[in-house]
Amino acid sequence: MKTVEEIKAAIEAAVPGAGVEIVLNPSVSAQHSLRLASAHAFEVATFLRDDVELSLDFLSNATGVDWPDKEVAEKVKVTRSVTRTLDGVEQQVEETVEETQKRVVPGCLEAVYHLFSVSKGHGPVVIRMKTVNRTDQVQLPSLTPVWRSAEFQEREIFDLFGIVFTGHPDLRRLLMWEEFKDYPMRRDYVEPDDFEYEPTAHDEVLKRAQEHRAKLAAAEMGQEGATA
Amino acid sequence: MDDGLKIELGKQGIFVTTIEELYNWGRRSSIWPMQFGLACCAIEMIATTMARYDLARFGAEVFRPSPRQADLMIISGTVTKKMAPQVVRLYNQMAEPRYVIAMGACAISGGPFKQGYNVLKGIDRYIPVDVHIPGCPPRPEALLHAFITLQKKIDGQHLTGEDRPRHLNPEAPGEFSVPVPGEHDLEPTSNKGVWPVPITIR
Amino acid sequence: MSTSGFVQDKEMRPGWNRPPLIEPDGEGEVLELAMGPHHPSTHGVFRMDVALDGERVIRLKPVFGYLHRNHEKLAEGMSYLGSMPFTDRLDYMCPLTNNWAYALAVEKLTGQEVPERAEYLRVILGELTRVVNHASAIGFLIQEMGASGTPLMYAFKEREKILDLFEALTGARMMVNYMRFGGCRVDATPAWLDAVRKVVAGLPKFADEYENLLRGNEILMARTQGVGILRPELAVNAGVTGPMLRASGINYDIRKVDSYGIYSRFKFRVPLGEHWDIYDRFMIRLLEMRESFGILEQALKDIPGGPVMDPKAKLRGFRPKPGEAYGRIEGPKGELGFYLISDGGPNPYRYRIRPPSLINLTILEDMCLGQNVADVVLIFGSVDIVLGEVDR
Repeated sequence: MKTVEEIKAAIEAAVPGAGVEIVLNPSVSAQHSLRLASAHAFEVATFLRDDVELSLDFLSNATGVDWPDKEVAEKVKVTRSVTRTLDGVEQQVEETVEETQKRVVPGCLEAVYHLFSVSKGHGPVVIRMKTVNRTDQVQLPSLTPVWRSAEFQEREIFDLFGIVFTGHPDLRRLLMWEEFKDYPMRRDYVEPDDFEYEPTAHDEVLKRAQEHRAKLAAAEMGQEGATA
Repeated sequence: MDDGLKIELGKQGIFVTTIEELYNWGRRSSIWPMQFGLACCAIEMIATTMARYDLARFGAEVFRPSPRQADLMIISGTVTKKMAPQVVRLYNQMAEPRYVIAMGACAISGGPFKQGYNVLKGIDRYIPVDVHIPGCPPRPEALLHAFITLQKKIDGQHLTGEDRPRHLNPEAPGEFSVPVPGEHDLEPTSNKGVWPVPITIR
Repeated sequence: MSTSGFVQDKEMRPGWNRPPLIEPDGEGEVLELAMGPHHPSTHGVFRMDVALDGERVIRLKPVFGYLHRNHEKLAEGMSYLGSMPFTDRLDYMCPLTNNWAYALAVEKLTGQEVPERAEYLRVILGELTRVVNHASAIGFLIQEMGASGTPLMYAFKEREKILDLFEALTGARMMVNYMRFGGCRVDATPAWLDAVRKVVAGLPKFADEYENLLRGNEILMARTQGVGILRPELAVNAGVTGPMLRASGINYDIRKVDSYGIYSRFKFRVPLGEHWDIYDRFMIRLLEMRESFGILEQALKDIPGGPVMDPKAKLRGFRPKPGEAYGRIEGPKGELGFYLISDGGPNPYRYRIRPPSLINLTILEDMCLGQNVADVVLIFGSVDIVLGEVDR
């Protein structure tokens, strides 16, 4: 079984310009993964399946991960020109100050695939693909034509995360009903408010129950005001 | 009529009863459930009908797959929001007199999956339930106990008067409104006629 | 429900394993039928939209989600150990193997060691679960053939004996919540091991009785031989695992390939099918049950003493280091895997269950096309799914 570096070299030899990078896995399992760029991902996948040595003919698991936008506070050295008085004369001086700047690292959605080989008996080889952002550019190439087992799993990723797989034969929702509008497994999903009655509410549920009751009371007052 | 006289007459071969007793005895001794298993509790329900805890000796001789031919719907397992319209439709299709046993924590109130976005927090939001059995899953003996409780409830029903059962009361609702899947949730989230939202007094 | 599944295949890259397109023969109309979600012979709430030309199936699209209870979202709000009871409710016919798969995935993530006695107990309980599952699966298949529950009664008779053992050890018949990260929760007493030995001694007689009742039955053979054929290369490409894959002739048993736990110490054979049809899947399950009896006898003979829990295991404040791991076992239904991403906190960042039943259903359409609608029920029964795992 080849190591991750050898697999990366084999991919780059077969599909030039593939855009493969290694993602190290710091845990004890040491299952490192390869991140593929979307442009040539389909050719890379076909190579992984058809290569004689790797022969990864079995896609075991395909899933999605949500990485939301993160606010990062960094200490940055900023050079600015400031007016200072030196020896009684006003001058423009360059000063370097260390400041804490906040910036938002844009999040993305990621699809992770675990590949094994039934003929050779080795695995797992983990490949990942990232979308550009979480809002409008959420397309990734579908790997269903390469491994048929991705058919339902990619539909599930579309249903729960919202990644659109181009080239999938039948991309519909799998687990939720067709009229459903949200993507439930995303980190910013808000659950519907059906906790009208909670006998021993505490913590978060108590907060939501109180908000719900306040909303009901406001609606009732609004109605009374309208009819009065 | 007091019991001593009944027994004496019985020894002479004369059997005294009321129509109410006879009617209820016939109904409670032949409740045929519907084959309706949703999740894990369904396996315990099947185990209750198998050789060790035999449900058939209490009158549940066969499990009918068709709702038209069944008297009892044992909601065994989690009812999800995708499945809820079908459950209510099946209940509407059952012929009166019909009963519902909510088996397991999931059918009573959502159970361990109560925080789920797809889980209906209790089937009694949409249809009236006669017996609730707690448990996850309830043991087969608990399901037998629920069945016997239902039989006792049927025995105690009066055929005339204010609290007569639904099938003898022409004003009682026969069909319950089926919820429609909306954009974020079912619409409506509960049937106000069946499940009045309780007010907590703290 | 608004849409049926009969959308036209969009622009496709050529050469992939698409289901064959069957044209109706022009006489009469095409009937579109929804089988389920409440149907006397589904294994739970599952719907199949079939298009029929007379009795032949032209298209078949499965619809799931009727039992979607979002285990994955729940686990993100709970600690690692808190989702262990929920794994019982995934594949509710085999709760112990689900527990084992999750414990294995977390042990891969953190590198914990499991003591020997715990490994032997895991093997004993896992193989007992396999026996229960295979017997019940055959029982349900034969019931859908119209046998009105007699083989199922035999299977459940044995199941009750084994559930008594589970209850004595773990406290619950079904939802056991027994495995922990680094071992098992409670130790087994010598009296319990003797009870297991007695039950296991009676199991080969049960298997003989079961097999003699069913194997030569004419109706079974006529209805299942040559029906629902699954070609081996299609099976591998579609991600099929478990008895279905071995019935298509592929020798891939994760107990032999990965050798997780202490399976390398036991001698057992892997039965393979030659004709790739429903009858092969039925026979494979019977033969695997017999192999499990062998493993059980060997494990019960060799089980050592000692602790059942890793003494260095951290029970409170369990926070694995950041990283990810994918751990899988050979469950009775196929490859059950858990994929965990940890960010250093007490809750998992991403908790994914690889459900064998869902992925085995990918190929249901291919197996059923061109067959009669009455065979669809049998083919579906031979896949042996549990909806709690499909929908999670």
